Amino acid sequence: MKFPVEITVNGVKRRSEVEPRLLLVHYLRDVLEITGTHVGCETGICGACTVHLDDEAVKSCMVLAVQADGCSVTTVEGLASDGTLDDVQQGFWEEHGLQCGYCTPGLLMSAHDLLRKSPNPSAEEIRRAINGNLCRCTGYQTIVHSIQNAAQKMRAKKPAAAKQVQPAKLRTSKRKREQRRPATV
Amino acid sequence: MKNFELYEPSNVREAVATLVKIGPKAKVIGGGSDLVAGVMKDWVQGNGMPLPDALVDLSTIPQLKGIKVDKTGATIGAMTTLTEIVESKDLQKQFSLLTQAAHSVASPLIRNFGTLGGNINQRPRCWFYRGAEFNCYKKGGDFCYSVGGDNRYHAIIGGELCYIVHPSDTATALLALNAQAKIAGPRGDRTVPFDQYFIGPREDVLRENILKADEVMTEVFIPTPAPGTKQAWSKLKNRQVYDFAIVSVAAAFTTDASGNWADGRVVLGGVAPVPYRATNIENQLKGKNVKNSIKQAAATIRTAARPMSMNAYKVDVAQTMVERTILGALG
Repeated sequence: MKFPVEITVNGVKRRSEVEPRLLLVHYLRDVLEITGTHVGCETGICGACTVHLDDEAVKSCMVLAVQADGCSVTTVEGLASDGTLDDVQQGFWEEHGLQCGYCTPGLLMSAHDLLRKSPNPSAEEIRRAINGNLCRCTGYQTIVHSIQNAAQKMRAKKPAAAKQVQPAKLRTSKRKREQRRPATV
Repeated sequence: MKNFELYEPSNVREAVATLVKIGPKAKVIGGGSDLVAGVMKDWVQGNGMPLPDALVDLSTIPQLKGIKVDKTGATIGAMTTLTEIVESKDLQKQFSLLTQAAHSVASPLIRNFGTLGGNINQRPRCWFYRGAEFNCYKKGGDFCYSVGGDNRYHAIIGGELCYIVHPSDTATALLALNAQAKIAGPRGDRTVPFDQYFIGPREDVLRENILKADEVMTEVFIPTPAPGTKQAWSKLKNRQVYDFAIVSVAAAFTTDASGNWADGRVVLGGVAPVPYRATNIENQLKGKNVKNSIKQAAATIRTAARPMSMNAYKVDVAQTMVERTILGALG
């Protein structure tokens, strides 16, 4: 039995019918053919598949596509605008934050999640924040430098926003009721 | 992954009705970090543990989310994510033990989607249980492979038949904070203190808690700790970043003006099939100066411990960690 889902991916509403067992990462890559999000371990260890689900970084190999119904998803393709890299991507570019690049889409999304919550993170804080992302080339030094560089760029652009500490928020389910299957058979 | 039917209830009553209707082959899903990404993807199954035919997704029930703190205590919905718990200023103020324990779970990416209810009710991480080739007691088989196999991370206390350790950090902290679980079922709601929530393999080897197949944990209530309660959390892992505990210690206690132990709890994770309340240690400390007596009290863990061939080191670790955690809480 397939389920209708409506997921906003990188700002575009996408409607599909999916099996409940389909993982979000496979939905993105195989159904929508948006392949910037990588699949590494497929068991929630490596973080290559990290995307934003309603602005929070999650491992898309651990989320069912149906659980993202009604939510908005941002993948690495959603970062650059009009062919211009965003600050985090630019930071990775300038500080050589990648070698083979396989982990990079996930690390970029984790870095964004960190910088949204903490605009001026210490190296230690960065290391903790990216501890769910593995870099098999072990290029962690330059990744940390890249995120520091990105933080600087972002602070320079919005000095007022950088001082604001974001309050904790509760994410409420945005899933659409009319699309839900009746609970009892 | 095995295919399954999906049910999306809009309230708890619907969720319970669905579980009753479908029976034990339906399972509730929170964030799915363990059920989907662990159990189902790795085909962890056996006679006593069939893979679910149907999942009842609790993320469509908004009432299960949220943190409410008032004079009596904190009420946390079972579907509240671990990140929401970590970031809650209200919890940090009075229940810092839970904040710390939740923060020590996995990585931010998993905490962003993983829920409190899921963390408490996740299945154990024993590598034999998780391995498809091992038809162990916990899956309904007739053997525990840890007895003759590599048991370096297995139980040192309370193992019988099956030597898993309880994997949840938040469960360990909640037991130390004397919390209660609210459970909804076909016969109505019931409230169970965490003291009685977890069960060992002798009681039922196929599960780790009293939650029945047609019941849903809806929320957790933590009573406001007595004024001046000291709280501390520590967790030893094999690697600095995310992993399950080799040993964890949660302590919440009060002392009188002269530094004598008044009341409190010491709970260990990673050592037993349930979060282990070290009443031996608590009793040893009762009425005594904590600073002067903790060394001797912590050593009583040795009388409870029955280590296996490769995990005697965990007894030393547990003893030392209890000592350090309690001294740390004294400041």
